[in-house]
Amino acid sequence: MTWADAGWAFLRVVIVLAFLLGTLPFVIWGERRVLAWFQDRIGPNRLGPFGLLQPIADVVKLFFKEEFLPKAADYRIWFIAPALALFPAVVAAATIPWGPNRQLTPVADIDVGILYFLAMSSLAVYGVVLAGWSSNNKYSLLGGLRSSAQLISYELGMGLALGAIILSSGTLRMTGIVEAQDQPLWGIAPAINHWFIFTPWGFIGAVIFWICMVAETNRAPFDLPEAESELIAGYHTEYSSMKFAVFFMSEYMAMVTISAILATCFLGGYLPPLDIAPVAALAESTSGTALGGITSALATLTGWLSAPFWFISKIVLSLFIFIWLRATLPRLRYDQLMALGWKALFPLALVNLMIAAVYFGFGWIPALTGYGILALGYALWVINRRGKEPKRVVQMHSDAAPYQPQSHREVESVG
Amino acid sequence: MISSYLPLLMIFAIGAVIAAVMVIGSWLFGPKRPSPAKSAPYECGITPVGSARERFPIHFYLIAMLFIVFDVESIFLYPFFVIFKNSAPEAKLFIFIEVAVFVGLIAIGYLYVLKKGALEWEDPVVNVPAKPAQPQNETRLSA
Repeated sequence: MTWADAGWAFLRVVIVLAFLLGTLPFVIWGERRVLAWFQDRIGPNRLGPFGLLQPIADVVKLFFKEEFLPKAADYRIWFIAPALALFPAVVAAATIPWGPNRQLTPVADIDVGILYFLAMSSLAVYGVVLAGWSSNNKYSLLGGLRSSAQLISYELGMGLALGAIILSSGTLRMTGIVEAQDQPLWGIAPAINHWFIFTPWGFIGAVIFWICMVAETNRAPFDLPEAESELIAGYHTEYSSMKFAVFFMSEYMAMVTISAILATCFLGGYLPPLDIAPVAALAESTSGTALGGITSALATLTGWLSAPFWFISKIVLSLFIFIWLRATLPRLRYDQLMALGWKALFPLALVNLMIAAVYFGFGWIPALTGYGILALGYALWVINRRGKEPKRVVQMHSDAAPYQPQSHREVESVG
Repeated sequence: MISSYLPLLMIFAIGAVIAAVMVIGSWLFGPKRPSPAKSAPYECGITPVGSARERFPIHFYLIAMLFIVFDVESIFLYPFFVIFKNSAPEAKLFIFIEVAVFVGLIAIGYLYVLKKGALEWEDPVVNVPAKPAQPQNETRLSA
């Protein structure tokens, strides 16, 4: 590696980290504002234009707050646990390309880009579980345990959902996955890019990946590790000052990174939805005329901006859906969470990628037959299940009378 | 190419510095006024009872073990994902059957785990709701 290569590598690192750390205040501000709109409030709007400076003010305030060490804690582990949570969130984005220029992106175009991301995202569990354990607080311990079980359960589905994508592109390299989507849709429709979400296995994979990524980032409705109403704050109950905020920083950075992975693997990465360039066509037609200089300059500019624009748009869309889910869905029960991960997503992902393998081996007729059998089996299962009694029975004392709701009139006559 | 991995070392170093600055910075800034109440474990304002280092449900341990088994198996599938699309057409049937056998073995293991109830988060309920008409001390089910 020459010095010039090292300089380019440093530039790539700086761009990625500046993007991640620079968007962090906007993501936090966006979440608070959007959530406020969902709940018919205004949200932070005082500090700076539209309240944009609020997260920065929060960080400054948090740095100067008192940080106290819980006496019962294992203080060495307690001290480094936030750093262990933040580190994987910072480095996980290293293999994601945000543009076609290989000099500027991605940081490291390694052969095992997806495996690198999966490895880094599973490292995040260490920070959480060590924070929960070392605090020596019952709520923290429960939060840490729940979180570790949840993260490892949803990793399985996530890895297998990405498997269908790797089958379609034939490479683990992130840039190769994006390039595999740069072709006519289903090989026939011109000008529309072949995003993997438009293929059946890609679509099912995207749904599975979506559910898993919400669970991996501990977001509602899968935010059981930090369920406020039962565990106070879960694994970071004993943290104060900036260490408390570091867990949130890592959560938001993980959200941005994992949205970028979703965009790269399923939504065509930095590719535009339509493979047409109107400004470039305009420049082509006006070249040689008086306007030629302006239009060609515009074409160059839009050519540069197109890739990051589409990439960031997809990330923003995904982040908005994160917030939308949080504002809409109630939290799951823990056994429901585990059942969803192990009994629904894992077998579905396995069947999905086997059908994708059938397609790449033997063509689309057997693959579609496979999906037909899958849908039929699911329908039969639903019909079979409908008549049966629910398994869970609420345990009652034999002398307790079941709750019998009175009608409105009866209540009134008693009063 | 091993040199394509070198930028990762760079981002690791910078990431470690960022994480360290956050953790140490929050320790350096800010006042330190500890008191016994502050440094006690937080239990909603009630005096803490006992230690948190207690036994916890075995289910977490089971889930971790199952994760190791199934995650290793799914990692074994990755080489197949990479080569399958671009392999020779006459080799595809052979590869597919090999992988189908492997996935079949995973499926058998999975069904075994499912049947054994290792993924049931709660013990099966043996109790049935009592009928309100019964006399009070007829069948009190033990907890």
